[in-house]
Amino acid sequence: MRAGQPTVLPGFGLTLGFTTFFLSAVVLLPLAALVLLAVSTPLHQLLDAVASPRALASYRLSFGGALLAACINLVFGFIIAWTLARYEFPGRRLMDAMIDMPFALPTAVSGIALTAVFSANGWLGHYLAEIGIHVAYTRLGVILAMTLIGMPFAVRTVQPALLEVQRDLEDAAETLGAGRWYVFRRVVVPAVLPALLTGFTLAFARALGEYGSVIFISGNLPMKTEITPLLIVIHLEEFDYRGAAVLGFVMLAASFVILLAINLLQAWGRDRMVRRGT
Amino acid sequence: MGDGAHSGALEELDTRPGRDTIVGALVRRGLIGLSVAFLAALLLAPLAVIFVAALQSGLRAYLHSFVDPDTQAAIRLTLLTAAVVVPVNTLFGLAAAWAIAKFEFRGKSLLITLIDLPIAVSPVISGMLFVLLFGMQGWFGAWLAANGISLVFAIPGIMIATLFVTFPYVARELIPLMQQLGNDEEEAAITLGAGGWMTFFRVTLPKIRWGLLYGVILCNARAMGEFGAVSVVSGHIRGLTNTMPLAIEALYNDYDFTGAFAVASLLTLLALLTLVLKSLVERTGYRRR
Repeated sequence: MRAGQPTVLPGFGLTLGFTTFFLSAVVLLPLAALVLLAVSTPLHQLLDAVASPRALASYRLSFGGALLAACINLVFGFIIAWTLARYEFPGRRLMDAMIDMPFALPTAVSGIALTAVFSANGWLGHYLAEIGIHVAYTRLGVILAMTLIGMPFAVRTVQPALLEVQRDLEDAAETLGAGRWYVFRRVVVPAVLPALLTGFTLAFARALGEYGSVIFISGNLPMKTEITPLLIVIHLEEFDYRGAAVLGFVMLAASFVILLAINLLQAWGRDRMVRRGT
Repeated sequence: MGDGAHSGALEELDTRPGRDTIVGALVRRGLIGLSVAFLAALLLAPLAVIFVAALQSGLRAYLHSFVDPDTQAAIRLTLLTAAVVVPVNTLFGLAAAWAIAKFEFRGKSLLITLIDLPIAVSPVISGMLFVLLFGMQGWFGAWLAANGISLVFAIPGIMIATLFVTFPYVARELIPLMQQLGNDEEEAAITLGAGGWMTFFRVTLPKIRWGLLYGVILCNARAMGEFGAVSVVSGHIRGLTNTMPLAIEALYNDYDFTGAFAVASLLTLLALLTLVLKSLVERTGYRRR
């Protein structure tokens, strides 16, 4: 709106200078150190570190687990957001406030708590163990922790979008004889699709990098339940900084692609809003 | 959530025609049931288990776990870290929000993306960055060692890593808020002869105080609870470089479950307090306008 207009406000140089300086010192310089170390690695050493069987197994678990967790969050995130946005029931406010819990709770705490609940003698774990499902110390546990950590992102992106769906469109569709399911598919879903996909991507990104809550429940068996961030920590503990940096670079590249995808999705969402005239 | 608009939408829902069907009621019950079941298993049960496990051996054992000198040192270190990191990031958040919300300049959206970067980076990588910079084999490692300064595996490293991880929280709360509020009142104040600082303290700060408070609360919660990044730089020296989340891990690995869950219960109370304050801040009018 005000682009290009001169303003009388002071402090531009001071605040922008401080912001850029601080950002460079705390964020950009360290990131540059990592990228330089990874890129300067000799090719055969780089390939060894990136494509070692143990690293490949960890990518499979980290990326595959985060993908599955994001899918679970896509479904349940939508259901929870819908429940909060459309229904009134006792405890709705409490439920709404609880959604941010995994975000506020330290990851180490959710890690040991999840393990306690889902271990073979835990509150829920022993029922599951009776029917032969083992959660703690298996890949299932990793996915569970990743789901918990991504859940607030999925709910909180879809919830405002659901509140903004034009109810008169739904009414119009119903008046014209559309069934409940048809209205849902043709009116509600298209309207919240960008938000759904953004929530999915955010949940995926968060789950991919998660460390604290996963390592307690995963059991950390090499090749089986070892996530990539843990492998990085193991490299660091062995003072293999280059190996750690190379794996870190792979994960950073993934984060970068995800960030790009989120920006594109949000631009797409805004674009659709404009075309719909809202 | 804007509660005013929200309850309006819900009231409207009650009076909507054609919704009072059996199918509607079934769908409604089913969806509420699914949501409650999912959250009960994934959120409520773990939350409850923390307090049950902490108090399992009785109140005396629970309280006794805080007598342990290593645990006390961890609590002190966590408080100290938050006391250093939160003010610095608050100052940064205010400066960044002022520059971004009040002025137009080239590269603004890039700057916003870069500020958000630490959220997208895995905590383990965040910690590793500082090991690569300040560790023995790092860029500044040799120089630091020659001068007898140790940052990594010491308290300053923990603070820097926490600074990185909690970097965006105040800024990303304030930027959209200040953009939405506009510049008109500040411009009026300046035109009428107020100085820059006076305008900030008397005009801007009162307008953004709830958003600022929420940003600070969130930043504090993340600073006290950070695990991955701190774990990489701390070196896990008990009584010296263990923060509360690291103490939880150490106690847990020693099979001292009462101790681990006792420390965890403190951090859980902090998280609950954060959520309560958040709801209060939102109810007090932040985002209502």
